[in-house]
Amino acid sequence: MDWFNKWLDTLYNTFIVSNRYMTLVEGLIKTIEITLGALLIGVVIGTFVAIVKVFCENNKKFKIFDVLCNIYLTVIRGTPVVVQLLIMFFIVFVSAEDGTWVATLTFGINSGAYVAETIRSGILAIDKGQMEAGRSLGFSQAKTMWFIILPQAFKNILPAIGNEMIALLKETSVAGYVAVIDLTKAGNQIKNTTYDQINPILLVAIIYLAMVLFMTKLLNILERRLRKSER
Amino acid sequence: MSDNYLIKTQELSKQYMGGKIVALNKVSAQIKKGEVVVVIGPSGSGKSTFLRSLNLLEKPDKGSIIFDGKEITAPKTDINLMRRKMGMVFQQFNLFPHKTVLQNMTLAPIKLLKLSKEEAEEKALNLLERVGLKDRAGAYPSQLSGGQKQRVAIVRALAMNPDVMLFDEPTSALDPEMVGEVLDVMKQLAGEGMTMVVVTHEMGFAKEVADRVIFMCDGAIEEEGLPEDIFTNPKSPRTKQFLQSIL
Repeated sequence: MDWFNKWLDTLYNTFIVSNRYMTLVEGLIKTIEITLGALLIGVVIGTFVAIVKVFCENNKKFKIFDVLCNIYLTVIRGTPVVVQLLIMFFIVFVSAEDGTWVATLTFGINSGAYVAETIRSGILAIDKGQMEAGRSLGFSQAKTMWFIILPQAFKNILPAIGNEMIALLKETSVAGYVAVIDLTKAGNQIKNTTYDQINPILLVAIIYLAMVLFMTKLLNILERRLRKSER
Repeated sequence: MSDNYLIKTQELSKQYMGGKIVALNKVSAQIKKGEVVVVIGPSGSGKSTFLRSLNLLEKPDKGSIIFDGKEITAPKTDINLMRRKMGMVFQQFNLFPHKTVLQNMTLAPIKLLKLSKEEAEEKALNLLERVGLKDRAGAYPSQLSGGQKQRVAIVRALAMNPDVMLFDEPTSALDPEMVGEVLDVMKQLAGEGMTMVVVTHEMGFAKEVADRVIFMCDGAIEEEGLPEDIFTNPKSPRTKQFLQSIL
């Protein structure tokens, strides 16, 4: 058991000495902050863009909004998120001192593009009889969308949105590019100070995996609850 | 009012695919308060398009519709306000699958008529009792049979206190043994004096309940009159031909 005791010693030196584990905890909090903030921004932008596209696609008067949405989707999905992050931090918000909110905004805008297409496909999958039923009762197009179409669409696309959430969480690991000390960057810093090339990185990986498993579990519960009406 | 018409259409026309298909060709019709009008005709005759244009689910290209003394085809009309008074029942039921029977029925009264939840639910339960479905108030549409779904769809429309009920082939998607229960509800409604416009293939219902039958063909009204006249003594050869093919 000699190697085991040696490993414990290494762990002690790497994480416990001078409270280095706190760097990881702070990084973890930052990662969660950025993910949740970006998720919120992404869902709001995504829902908005999806609705605009559904309403304006076949409407000559509002064609311009459809075109604007398409430009947004093309640019965001056509460039790497790291490059978008660099553009936002070093070109758009040059005076930003803290990269955290810039990163949150960037990941939100990025995620919004993917969420938009998911939500749009969810809306298009709802039978057009639902819109007609809502309209025939006297609901406006917008109210029918809000009260009748979107709840059904969200239920159907929940697994896809879950995927996007998981992808987003992992994508935030590039936040270190704009001087944010997130979970990945924190692990990397510990690696550099302690010269322990193995344990910090592995621990970071395990923490990401645990978070993803937790999110998956949460999504499953939510999905089961929403599927109640299909029993 | 000088006349007692609830709905009056004037020369409604509608074309599809740049005029290749004429769905409606100058259809002028009147529906009196309390009248039950049944619209029959071969498929593609425009009868569904006519019905759906009455609450502007289909926008006619030309012509006008006057409902309750107001021209609803006028550009400034608040059609959402008008539609509250025009209940509609669809062939495919179109219940909201994510909501219970009770929620299906109370959504519009609560959000649009600003009823309290309690008022709306009490009213919905009364309506459900009338169609024998009070015990299914908490069920989801997927747990109901076709006939039950359509009865719920009818009372969902009734929960808005409409002045007229529009039925678009309400029994066409049902298994034969469930047609009767839906027709019974419609007969009951007609007996209570509800104004109804019904597109259907149920000739028995038309004979028994209709005050007037309209026969449509190629997007136009070919013949209209009392059911006994239309069914026993049709004037137009096309009406004759149609009735022979289905009876």
